[in-house]
Formats: sequence, C-alpha cells, structure tokens
Amino acid sequence: MADELTILWLQSAGCGGCSISLLNAEAPDLHVALQSAGARFLWHPSLNMESGAEVLEIFQGCLTGETRLDVLCVEGSILRGPHDSGKFHILSGSGKPMMHWVEQLARVARYTLAIGNCTAFGGINLSQGNPTGVCGLQYERDQPGGLLSSDYRSRAGLPVINISGCPPHPNWVTETLILLSLGELGAEQLDALGRPRHYSDHLVHHGCPRNEYYEFKASAEKYSELGCLMENMGCKGTQAHADCNMRLWNGEGSCARGGFGCIGCTEPGFEDPGHPFMQTPKLAGIPIGLPTDMPKAWFVALASLSKSATPKRVRENAHSDHVILPPMVKKARIK
Amino acid sequence: MSRVIAGPFSRVEGDLEISLEIAEERVVSAEVNSPMYRGFEQIMQGRDPMDALVIAPRICGICSVAQSTAAATALGSAMGLHLPANGRLTQNLTMACENLADHFTHFYLYFMPDFAREVYSERSWFVQTQARFKSVTGTAARQSLPARADFLHLMGYLAGKWPHTLAIQPGGSAKSLEMAEKARMLAVLQQFRNFLEQTLFGDKLEAIAALDSEDSLLAWKEQRPATASDFRLFLEIAYDLQLHQLGRSAGRYLSYGSYPDEASHLFRPGVWVGEFQPLIPGDIAEDVSHSRMEGPYTALPPALGITVPVEDKSGAYSWCKAPRLAGQVMETGALARQLVQGHPLIRDLTARHGGNVQNRIIARLLEFALVLPVMENWVKALRPGLAFCVHGKMPEEARSFGLVEAARGSLGHWLHVHNGRIYNYQIIAPTTWNFSPRDTTNTPGALEQALVGAPALPGKDIPLAVQHIVRSFDPCMVCTVH
Repeated sequence: MADELTILWLQSAGCGGCSISLLNAEAPDLHVALQSAGARFLWHPSLNMESGAEVLEIFQGCLTGETRLDVLCVEGSILRGPHDSGKFHILSGSGKPMMHWVEQLARVARYTLAIGNCTAFGGINLSQGNPTGVCGLQYERDQPGGLLSSDYRSRAGLPVINISGCPPHPNWVTETLILLSLGELGAEQLDALGRPRHYSDHLVHHGCPRNEYYEFKASAEKYSELGCLMENMGCKGTQAHADCNMRLWNGEGSCARGGFGCIGCTEPGFEDPGHPFMQTPKLAGIPIGLPTDMPKAWFVALASLSKSATPKRVRENAHSDHVILPPMVKKARIK
Repeated sequence: MSRVIAGPFSRVEGDLEISLEIAEERVVSAEVNSPMYRGFEQIMQGRDPMDALVIAPRICGICSVAQSTAAATALGSAMGLHLPANGRLTQNLTMACENLADHFTHFYLYFMPDFAREVYSERSWFVQTQARFKSVTGTAARQSLPARADFLHLMGYLAGKWPHTLAIQPGGSAKSLEMAEKARMLAVLQQFRNFLEQTLFGDKLEAIAALDSEDSLLAWKEQRPATASDFRLFLEIAYDLQLHQLGRSAGRYLSYGSYPDEASHLFRPGVWVGEFQPLIPGDIAEDVSHSRMEGPYTALPPALGITVPVEDKSGAYSWCKAPRLAGQVMETGALARQLVQGHPLIRDLTARHGGNVQNRIIARLLEFALVLPVMENWVKALRPGLAFCVHGKMPEEARSFGLVEAARGSLGHWLHVHNGRIYNYQIIAPTTWNFSPRDTTNTPGALEQALVGAPALPGKDIPLAVQHIVRSFDPCMVCTVH
C-alpha cells in the first residue's frame, strides 16, 4: 500500500510506561486510531509476534532500504555509560548497544519521534549526577545535542519530534501519527523544544478543576485537601506546557484531579527541580515559579487582592477533603 | 551441544536475553541475562525521602502503582502512620486495578498470541486460536484493548492517571473521592465483570472461584465446547499441548501478602514448600556472585544492600542480583500467592503436577474471579466525607521497608533515612526473584531451572517452548534490575 505509514518502535532505557500509556488510547482505541492514519507497526515490542532473529531481520530490512521506515518511535533515554560504551544496555540477541541501533535507524527514518521525556530530554535517570550517562535523542535536558546532533534532520527534513511527558497522553502520540499521515505536521507545528504544538500550546493549568481555588489563592496545605496546589504543594501547572486538564486521562483523570500537583513532566529537567517535588519553593513567602507570561509585580498584587476577597465557602473548602460549604442556592433564578 | 543466544523477546516488559545450551533437542542449561541497567537505587540517594514517591513508580510503567505502594508503605512505616479506612480501601482498589489490568494485558496481548503461530497449524484448536489470538489482527487483540482502557477508568478516579500517579501517599490517598465517583466506579466494575463473565470465562466469576480441584476443572471443561470462552480455549490448548509438563519450577514459593486491612490480608503472606511457612523478611538477602555488581562474597540483606555496577567482572552475566530467602531460590507470582493462601484448585493442580506453565496461567486467571467481587465490596465500603489521608513527619533517622504484591509477584523496598535524606534505597522486584542469575553456590535462578528440559531445536529462532515458559512468568524486565 503506497500511502501506508510504517512504524518501528524501540524500547531504550525507559520503564515501558509510554507503551503502556499508548495502549490506554480510547475514543477511539489504538487500533482504530492507527487505522485512521493508515499506520502499521513493523514491530512494537508489546504488540507484535516477532522475537529474536525475526526482530533483527526487521531492523536490517529498514537499514538496507528493503523496508520503508516512515516513523521511528524511540521510547526511553539513551544509556551511553559506562564510559561511553553503551554497555548499560546491549540490545539482547544483537551484541550491540541499543544506542547503536537507535543511531543507525534514525538515519533512515522519514520521521523520528522521541516518545516520552526520557527520550526527548533524558528524563528521570538524568538526575543526581547522571550515574549511567543518559541523554535524550536530540537534547540533554534543554541543551540541544543528545545521541543525535542538534543539526540532525530525519529524511523528511524535521528534527526529532519530542512527544514529551512521563508518560505522554496516548492521544498525543496517535494525533501526531495521524497528522504525519496527512502531511500536516511541519517544522512550524513544533515548539521551541521540538514538541508538537497540538498539545504543547497549552498549559496544564488550562481547565484545572481547582480553578476557583487558584483565583482566590485558597491553597491546600496537605494531601487530600481540595484547595489550589500551587502555593504549597509544588504544582507547576501554570508553567508546564500540556493540555492535561483539557483532554483528561483514563477517562476522567488528571494529576490535579488525582489530588496531586503537576511536576512538569513535559518539561526538560523536571527530574531535578532543585526542591522536594511536593513542596513549592518560595522566596519571602512568594512562590519562585510564577505563572508563565505573568509579570511578578502583577502576580503579587493580584494574589494579595484575591486572598483578601476569598469567599468563606472557598476558604473553608480549600482545607477540607470534601465540600463542607456548598455554593449557595439562590432564591431568585440565576441570571 | 550447541548454544543459542535468545533475544530480543517481544511481549515481555523490557529487554531479556537468555543463553541456552541445547543437546538432544532439549535445553540442558540456561543463563538469564537482564541486559539493561538504569541506576534507580543510585539516583534515590541524597534526595528528600518523599521524592521516592515520584522516582519509584518510574522504575516501571506496568507495575508503577505497585512501586508507588511499596514506597508509600516504607515511608508510612518510617513515619508511624496508620491508614484511615478510606485510605486503605483506595490503596487496595488502586493496586487491584493495576494487578488485574496487568493480568489482562498478559493473557490477551503477551501470552496467548504464541499459540497462533503456524507451527501449531495441525492442532484441532488452531483455526479458532489464530482468528482469536493472533497479534494485532486477532479479534481478541481488537476487543481487549478497549475493554482494558474502559476498566482503567478506575485509575482516572482513584489515581488521576496511570501509569505514574502521586495519589498513593504514606498516609492514604491524595485523592478524596466523591459520591459521584463512587457510583461511577461501581458501574466501571460492572462493565469489566460483564467482559470477564461473557468473554474470558463464559461463566459467573463466583463459579470460577468455586472450582476446587483438577477434577472439577476438567468437569467444567467437558461441559462446554472449546470455543465457549477464552479460558475454555486456553484449557483446550493447555491439555492438548500438556503445558503442565512445561516449565517445572523448583517448588518453593514466596508471597508478601496482598490487599491488607487492619487485621489481615485478602491473600496472606508466607512461603509454600509443600506446606505453609510464615514469611521471615529478615531471611531475604541478595547475592552478586554472578551479577555485574560490586559486592562481598556473602549475600547482603537489602537493608544493607549496595548497588555499584561494574563493567567487567569474571563469571558475571547479568545486571540482576540474585535474591534468596534463607539461601533458597524462590518463585513468586499469582501461583505462589494462591498456593500460600491455600486456594484448593491451585493446591490440587500443583500437588499433582508442580509449578508449570499451565498452573501459572490458571492461577493468574483465577485472581480475576477472586479479586473483582472484592473490589465491588471495597467500592461500596468507601465513605466520602470521612478522611482519605493522615499526615505525619518524616524523622531525621529511620529504617523501614514496604512489602507488596505486584501482579507478577513480591516487590520490596528497603529505605534508610539519614540526616533527613535518603541514605540508601534498595529494591527487590518480582522478576528479580524469578529471573535471577546463579548464586555463590552456583544454583540457577527460578527461570533458569524451569527452562531445563524444555524441547528446543538449535537454530536462529528462539524455541517456542522457551517462549511459553518465559512468558508464563509474566516477566517485567524493567523492574528486574531498575
């Protein structure tokens, strides 16, 4: 089939969670979403039959050009250690480091997709001094240049497409594949960090169910409380790029809906925030991480004003694990 | 004698390589290699203890809630916390959702497709099995993903998202559930029950849970045609291929116990060696004689464990350490859990045939029938409006551990807090037990023993019997080494 989109999916140094999340795709499910993109897995480690030599033959077919490789999806960071040998991950049965296979296959792919924060920016294992020498495909944290150089371009002329997130929402991946199949994902559709703008042009804050608490700076102080998680609980939702509270996860979930703050898992360097993850760093009582695009003086002024205007209902519910004061039922009809 | 280096394996979590010695069309010896090391125990050190709740789940995308719960249990123990009833129910529901979703993924996506291979084309069940279970195109592959995604809506309510939630806290749950969510969770469970009863079993869950011997299982099998349900088709295949003769285990089984409440567990902790013995966590130690790890000649208890990888070490062939209980190799997983708990069907099957491929699968499927009805009761017992979480302070100095049962077996975290920071953090995952390398006495690990005797032809392809045995453990290689 001429317009079929072939996909090869490699698991490098990750937890497998990006694949597990991909299988959660719904409305429609993964198979139907792939069908709409005309996409077919040459091989996905969780889904396909082939094991052993059969797999290495598929890789070889892509490298020789016998099989057209449209989309190379890599999941997991690149283990360069110890001492740049790549021996922390030898692809089983091949005798060669995984980084060798990724680098070779990226040369022949029309598009190269970094699935998840590990692959995009290095991710969780980059923390605490990076003992295993990990990096992302085209970045190390926010610095251009990872396994592939900063001027790497896939055969279609694009840099690595960074579907960052820990894990990414399944539909960030399926939508990217569908847009690629339509030829509608060009360089202008990627943000400054190579992330598809169809999800990264939003902030996690957009659509947050705790918005009323945010407006009035009625903040939770302990887990299971209903208040805003930004002031005390480490939430970075007003800074992190993603639409997590607009499209929702596993039906009706999101981090904020699950009762915990955003840790900015779509951002480079989220693994080492420089403070305990679940505490907001402050200077003179004011959170250091201000909302994106918000001038500090205005934030301070508005926060102070809104705190003084907080309705009793919002203030008291913020410190409760359930609604203790429901909104007043108006005697007259609402207008 | 010939040697086969088998790998990569699809449909296992993570990367796995096995070196097989083959003679007279049988495996005579196996070395199991976990070929990836990521350094999680190293990146824990020096952090705020509560950061373990962010780091630990990211060890594994498929057991992330189990990793969270082990971390939260260790932290909660260090803080001296006792979970409120809602917090206990929510943690158990979240764990049960992950465990059953993993069992589901394993059966439909990972294990069964191997019977759709052409090598079985002469078997009476082949046509139906290929139509049903072939990877990607089989009707089961198409049906199971939406059913799985619908069931995981529970995670949306309980945990915000899956994998990688922070909802599971040392004192309960960050998420306080509302009445509307309680109602919807019950509906989600009903939908999953319908799938299990209509498609997986073709019978009521309670009827499956009540099977109490191999005779009753065979009677159940004879009462319906091979295509009556997916479980029935599995039994047709299993008895035809004599899967009870494949992948015999060493006969020592470990469970840390799952789904605790104030007084006990739904499935109790313990050891099964043909008789029940209590679990003594102090008897656990890790040997590194065949691991690419620095360490002493004698095995260390995990509370004192060291994780320093070494590039080259004579005799070492895996990044995986070799955990032992009182020096003994142990098998862990659903089969071990149900043997320790004493389910009569699993005790009878194992008394007759030992641990094997067939019994591992039956024990795993049995857990759907045992756990889902309990989940319905847990949801009904939730009391929105009462506490979901208690809070405490982490002491500057602490040693504790958290033991849980992931879908694929016993998972333990050992925590040492010093000067208010993580000084040492050691993890032993289920597949660390099952896929461990040899130890100082040169005793092979559980899979290494189970592979011996498997039919195998030399050549470039991985022998299919080896693939059945490997997948029967539902391995998680990313957890194994971490």
